[in-house]
Amino acid sequence: MKFLKTARQKNSLKDFLMVLPFLLLIAVFSYYPLYGWVYAFFDYKPPFPLSWDKFVGFKWFVSMVENPVKVKKLMQVLTNTFAMSGLSLLFSWFPMIFAVFLNEIHCVPFKKFVQTVTTLPNFISWVLVYSIAFSVFNSTGAVNSVLMNMGIIDEPIMFLQSSSHVWFKQWVWLTWKNAGWAAIMYIAAITGIDDSLMEAAMIDGASRMQRIWHITIPSILPTYFVLVMLSLANFLSNGMEQYFVFANSFNKAKIEVLDLYVYNLAMGSGGYSLSTAISILKTFVSIILLCVTNWVSKKIRGESLL
Amino acid sequence: MNLKRLTLEDYIINIATYVIYTFFAFVCVYPFYYIFINSFSANDLSERGKVLLYPIGFHLHNYAQVLKINGLLSAFKISILRTVIGTMLTVVVAAFLGYMFTRESLWKRKFWYRYAVATMYFNAGIIPWFITMKNLHLTNNFWGYIFPVAVQPFYIVLCKTFVESVPKELEEAAVIDGAGTLKIFFSIIVPVIKPIIATVAIFASVAQWNSFQDTLLLVTDPKLYTLQFTLYQYINQASSLKALVNNSTSAAAMAASLAHASTATSIRMTVSVIVVLPIICVYPFFQRYFTKGIMIGAVKG
Repeated sequence: MKFLKTARQKNSLKDFLMVLPFLLLIAVFSYYPLYGWVYAFFDYKPPFPLSWDKFVGFKWFVSMVENPVKVKKLMQVLTNTFAMSGLSLLFSWFPMIFAVFLNEIHCVPFKKFVQTVTTLPNFISWVLVYSIAFSVFNSTGAVNSVLMNMGIIDEPIMFLQSSSHVWFKQWVWLTWKNAGWAAIMYIAAITGIDDSLMEAAMIDGASRMQRIWHITIPSILPTYFVLVMLSLANFLSNGMEQYFVFANSFNKAKIEVLDLYVYNLAMGSGGYSLSTAISILKTFVSIILLCVTNWVSKKIRGESLL
Repeated sequence: MNLKRLTLEDYIINIATYVIYTFFAFVCVYPFYYIFINSFSANDLSERGKVLLYPIGFHLHNYAQVLKINGLLSAFKISILRTVIGTMLTVVVAAFLGYMFTRESLWKRKFWYRYAVATMYFNAGIIPWFITMKNLHLTNNFWGYIFPVAVQPFYIVLCKTFVESVPKELEEAAVIDGAGTLKIFFSIIVPVIKPIIATVAIFASVAQWNSFQDTLLLVTDPKLYTLQFTLYQYINQASSLKALVNNSTSAAAMAASLAHASTATSIRMTVSVIVVLPIICVYPFFQRYFTKGIMIGAVKG
């Protein structure tokens, strides 16, 4: 009996040693950087190593609410972040409706074709999205060319080099890239609906819209709910790539979301410590949001998100 | 199956869905088609937005010209290398850890699994990450593209979920035969979880090919620029590149045809086509794999 126990222990140690290198990689690339949070409490200027006489305590955090210039800037950045995330949230039903009506198409090749081509943009990078948007929407691009040929406009419209409707345009690029991909989840959920439900409804004489409204949509609402919860948890994290590539001197003020601001602060103006301080706050707010949505999900669905 | 006569409502829905989805498909396909036909049309026409439906004045000079730009070939090589090496490493690690985290014998299994998965929910921020990379000498280093993304908790979760659906008897039979952990993993588990390995490979390779931010943050050495980063630079400097390319061709050749002289537009579109083509070529083959992956991912968040 004793022998068995040690053999088992030996096995368990062997298993552990095999995963240890990867656990160390996680430690190095995900946990160790957390140590860098100390920079938020110093007045850090890169070439010089940290020293205690540069310790400033909570100065950077306090400056975010006390320094009027920083407060104004931060408010603008937060407004942009809330606007972009809010727009996505407001139109989060779009991929669901897209999937619902795609399912109403009975010509399978056409359905497959639509699904294939609308998913494709998800697989190209933001740099390429920008390059393509630039090609199609610049002053001599396809859109302006067609509009001018038709005599609708006399002067080319500056779609990208403009300070108007910045949030809306960014939402359009995001939707173009992601909607088809997001719809896949709902399409799979619709495939899972019990056929007998549909047949029963048809026998009862339910019209097509009634079947969509009373069967299809209620069946996929739980999926929708989970996805909305997850996007709520990521409310502050828009990522920076999209906004970085689309940013120019015209739309600069409206396009700077929190992630891009943190980058610009750090790489552009050398505000290393302030940038780190904002990263810290963002992480805490994100974790709180995640816990709250998870709690709400447990209350309502009796199931946790994580 | 539908024996009933179609009602007016059915007709309206049918027509409306066909019209609207044709529009959606057009919106997603046309931009790709547009840059594609423009990349080998007469450059003086595409510069003015005259090439809209089909190529006009077909020529391949743009592709020849673009290859002359310093750095494009090297960027192509770097992108291919990081995609191949990075994907292989990520996939092997995800499958292996996904399997190991299902083994009851792993010491403190639950704790280490949570330790790995927790990293999905926080991020130290750009500066701490950059300083870490600098301390590890991974700035201006090819391995800076590979190591930080080698262990990806989301892929591990995908693989673990899949391994859990494999009947335990398979593994137990191998244990009785005296097979070791690695042997079981490679000869029993890997063949069974191939579908999820394919899914992870697709996600990982697309992420590697499209990655832009790491070059932006970590790399200043042009030898390590990736295709995405080079494309970004081209878009912003296309006009100066135009001068460069046109200077390097002989004056006689330039005068010969305005249609073939490079313009900012032609360079931008041609490079875009080169960057997007690999994705479009492999896309139809991997399309069937991602529904499964995205569904498992949705369940496990």
